[in-house]
Amino acid sequence: MVSIEVRNACVDFPIFDAKTRSLKKAVLGKVGGKISDASRVPIIEALDNITLSLKEGDRVALVGHNGAGKSTLLRLLSGIYEPTRGTAEINGKIAPVFDLAVGMDPEISGLENILIRGLFLGMTRKEMQERVDDIAAFTDLGDYLRLPLRTYSAGMRVRLALGVVTSIDPEILLLDEGIGAVDAEFMAKARTRLVDLVRRSGMLVFASHSDELLFELCDTAIWMDEGRVRMHGSLREVLTAYKGRDPFEYMSHETLERLGER
Amino acid sequence: MSAVDIPPGPVVAHAGRSWARAAQDIRAGLAARELWGHLGWQDIKQRYRRSVIGPLWITLSMGVTAAGLGFIYSQLFGSDMSTFLPYLTVGFIVWGFILGCLLEGSETFVSNEGLIKHLPAPLSVYALRTVWRQTLMLVHNMLVYFVVLAISFGALDHAYTLSEKGIVQPGLSWSVLLAIPAFMLIALNGGWVSLLFGIISTRYRDIPPVVNALTNLLFYATPIVWPTDVLTAKLGPGDWKHLIIELNPLYHFIEILRAPLIGGQQSWTHWAVAGGVTVVGWTLALVAMRNYRSRISYWV
Repeated sequence: MVSIEVRNACVDFPIFDAKTRSLKKAVLGKVGGKISDASRVPIIEALDNITLSLKEGDRVALVGHNGAGKSTLLRLLSGIYEPTRGTAEINGKIAPVFDLAVGMDPEISGLENILIRGLFLGMTRKEMQERVDDIAAFTDLGDYLRLPLRTYSAGMRVRLALGVVTSIDPEILLLDEGIGAVDAEFMAKARTRLVDLVRRSGMLVFASHSDELLFELCDTAIWMDEGRVRMHGSLREVLTAYKGRDPFEYMSHETLERLGER
Repeated sequence: MSAVDIPPGPVVAHAGRSWARAAQDIRAGLAARELWGHLGWQDIKQRYRRSVIGPLWITLSMGVTAAGLGFIYSQLFGSDMSTFLPYLTVGFIVWGFILGCLLEGSETFVSNEGLIKHLPAPLSVYALRTVWRQTLMLVHNMLVYFVVLAISFGALDHAYTLSEKGIVQPGLSWSVLLAIPAFMLIALNGGWVSLLFGIISTRYRDIPPVVNALTNLLFYATPIVWPTDVLTAKLGPGDWKHLIIELNPLYHFIEILRAPLIGGQQSWTHWAVAGGVTVVGWTLALVAMRNYRSRISYWV
């Protein structure tokens, strides 16, 4: 059963600068027996007392201002950051798409990058080779897959990354903003595939500033503000509160129908 | 089915100190051998991309260094080139592996910052990537050993001395097979060095320059380009100054692998010291993994 249970989780970052990171401080700081305030490492509370419960089938949008903690929350959910206080219980196979430049080597071909991405997500070489055709068909990259990744446009990289994560049957898909670089045609295709994936047995958490993308992919939302959950509810409710107006108000009937909102 | 799957049952994550989570990280890391195997290869290929002979540059530069220094130092110490060249070559190769583990091991987590922050994977994968990369370099360098061995075989297949009135080396025999467990023991130590030094260096960025400075000194203090005979001839046996080399753990590590490969005299003390260092080192590395594993992604 796929689920995420986060209880009273905090993520506190120590901010080391050159001074506090050095051994000199740690060793010499003890001499004299007094600890000055200056030697204490400043801490940023990136996430503050988050309690969250997500279950199978949830398609959650993460909204909030820059620096509100959306990306940090995604990394908490992916297990990269373990909460410094509180707990995070994550059941399911995780597939994150965060920074598209990381874990992709621009000098090697798209095919090889698919393999490395897949290996990072816990697949074997053989399993990835079986999926290459499927990924090639989905991404429409064709012969481009044999070229080095540095020849790809931003949109093509997004296609590749989405192709890999959706091909490996993940249970928890975590997407950070940046996937907006693809064209409308591909987005429609990706939407079908992502929604299908979530319906089969999964969960999607998507952080974005683009309302259009959120409408397409999500049905509930979490509003992050200063490291806390300010609001958690249906996408329409949360966006209305966050934006101060109902974003669905002027949509055509057909669009609403398609998005499952009436 | 998958290599880094989280085991059944709920995983409650909390950035506390946990033996179980540290052990789980190392187990999952070892299981993901396709991942670090691929990354390690990629590192080597990356370094020599677009060059004509590629990773063979590793072999070639080792060959040139060994041949040049072998000639110079054999004259300095009055040694026979045909026995001194294999000694120096193997010493250099083993040193290269140890040096790589120390220097690149300290950078294990810092240099993988992007991956650590963006893809959830066991942290031990990066330590294994470092050690595997060094192993591949060693394999390339071993080609030089085989060439040197072919040239000098006639001088090594019977008892010989490295310098006049030096210790008698028994010559090559089946004990050359001891090189296999010896390498495994050294590689095992590469593992704890990468984990422990990697963790400390992530928190304290002064450590890599410190390691860098010390390795220079260690290179000259360890019998790599000079044979221990030189010291014995100078000091006479039983002098306390022999402790300079006896207390240097790197000497023992080099000796367990060098002696079998060149038919040198072997001693169980080298194995004992190397084994002791392995146990102590891994204990420290496991304690560091237990206490600070979950902090690494915060520190990088």
